[in-house]
Amino acid sequence: MSAIRSDFPVLAGMVASGARVLDIGCGDGDLLDFLQQARNIDGRGMELSQDGVNASVSRGLSVVQGDADKDLVDYPNAAFDVVILSQSLQVLHYPRLVLEQMLRIGRHAIVSFPNFGYWRVRWDLATRGRMPVTADLPVPWYDTANIHLCTILDFMELCDAMDLHIEQGLTLDRKGNAKPIGVTPGIANLLGEQGIFLLRKR
Amino acid sequence: MTTASDAADRPVPAAAEADVADTAEPSSSHHFFTIAEDQPLSLDSGPTLAPVKVAYQTHGELNQDKSNAILVCHALTGDQFLTGRNLWTDRPGWWETMVGPGKTLDTDRYFIICSNVLGGCMGTTGPKDIDHATGRPYGLNFPVITIADMVRLQKRLIDHLGIEQLFCVTGGSMGGMQVLQWAANYPEQVYVAAPIATAARHSAQNIAFHEVGRQAIMADPNWHNGDYYSHGVLPQRGLAVARMAAHITYLSEAALQNKFDRNLQDRAKVSFGFDADFQVESYLRHQGSSFVDRFDANSYLYITRAMDYFDMEAEFDGILANAFRGTKTEFCIVSFTSDWLYPTAENKAIVRALNAAAARVSFVEVNSDRGHDAFLLDEPEMFTTLGGFLQAAAARRGLTGP
Repeated sequence: MSAIRSDFPVLAGMVASGARVLDIGCGDGDLLDFLQQARNIDGRGMELSQDGVNASVSRGLSVVQGDADKDLVDYPNAAFDVVILSQSLQVLHYPRLVLEQMLRIGRHAIVSFPNFGYWRVRWDLATRGRMPVTADLPVPWYDTANIHLCTILDFMELCDAMDLHIEQGLTLDRKGNAKPIGVTPGIANLLGEQGIFLLRKR
Repeated sequence: MTTASDAADRPVPAAAEADVADTAEPSSSHHFFTIAEDQPLSLDSGPTLAPVKVAYQTHGELNQDKSNAILVCHALTGDQFLTGRNLWTDRPGWWETMVGPGKTLDTDRYFIICSNVLGGCMGTTGPKDIDHATGRPYGLNFPVITIADMVRLQKRLIDHLGIEQLFCVTGGSMGGMQVLQWAANYPEQVYVAAPIATAARHSAQNIAFHEVGRQAIMADPNWHNGDYYSHGVLPQRGLAVARMAAHITYLSEAALQNKFDRNLQDRAKVSFGFDADFQVESYLRHQGSSFVDRFDANSYLYITRAMDYFDMEAEFDGILANAFRGTKTEFCIVSFTSDWLYPTAENKAIVRALNAAAARVSFVEVNSDRGHDAFLLDEPEMFTTLGGFLQAAAARRGLTGP
């Protein structure tokens, strides 16, 4: 039933065993289910679509139908050890506010997103002169829900502006191989298909 | 319509007098449980009440370790007859869409209990019953009751049945209020809770609507300050108006528009008079008149008052989350987009409080244009959500399928 995405083990590596976790945009609950088994977490989810909520609830997960842009204010301060935003940053209307909320609700935030600085994306735009349509972003520009696309460098700049400490920054390729961004973010920004960041407030 | 004196003298239907098995639905049966004089029920308003008779219906089989019981709490004008023939009205049960073999509340799998609330007068003690102190019907001498009192009585019934922990407590509207009260007062006795289309505190608007209904009843000359029983009449006009006004609040503008628009009732043009020219008028008049045949007017006063007094936030020192601190009960809350009586915002306030208490809570807002009444109707999304929630909880509890 559960489709294990290639980034799940990497995300699990950032979550302490037994942690209280909120997964924002949890879809069918695949990641929460994976983390429960891999890390024995106490998980909660938020999901916009009713189908996603129903699927999650039917596998025993506690998931609230809600909109990350509006409904995170309903959670109390420091209610979670980790708040995860996996592959949803780019669909938010207010990514910066959501990031602020995540680190109000949780002590740590994990954010993963498709990197628009990835060389294939750049190559696509440069050679075709068109908005890239990739495996991760298969929908044309006029139909896509992805309205706030960014690169790894862009995201790190935002973290800086918000005075957030990046505890861990990784890039991920299609096969789920993770590499630390380390001291060469420019190269990571070129070669990383996805960025995954573990953040906390300074 | 039944005449006033007919209805006042109307005998209790023979079938509802004693414990009976429903022949059409062999797994269903109707029962009474009585709280004796020496173990009176304590009420929030101060006095105690005894004896108290509780009428309840069960469906399905209680399993050996008594772990598959679901308590359904009914709404303001509901009763204990969830499914099958209503022994009082001869009509189908009020939650046929939800309860039955293979349905969301699966009678092949769960033991389902529904009791008439305290004050309900459908077999459970209420203002029309005889006050043993005076030998006459209580009328307005019946003590003012609360949602917590209703739940206290249900708890006595569940103890009587020997059930240590209910698998689930569920219900919509006022039923949802009882679910919340159960979860707050008896957290160890509730494995999962599913409050539907409800609120943790009755809003000013809802109190206002109730007051209109009560004033309509009390303005009826047949009400006789609540003592219509001894006058051989019923405040039918007042109760009918109360029901008509309330019924509008159970629907939505879209539902009324879609169903009736400005269509005329059995006529080609308006009559330039005050007959029920419009279908919507005729419909409301029918709702009103059919209600007075089955519902006691004083009971309506008492139960609406209980809802008005419901404020779990105030009950728990102004912080709703306090009601659920440390709870192990898992919750699933459902609201409806067009419900303006118990709107999504009210239901979300409960979700917020449960989150603040670190409880396990799921929530969906079902898209429906049918207003508050949607919870009683065929709403597949609601069934999917609650069905999935119960299936997962049943698996966790080790309840095997039918």
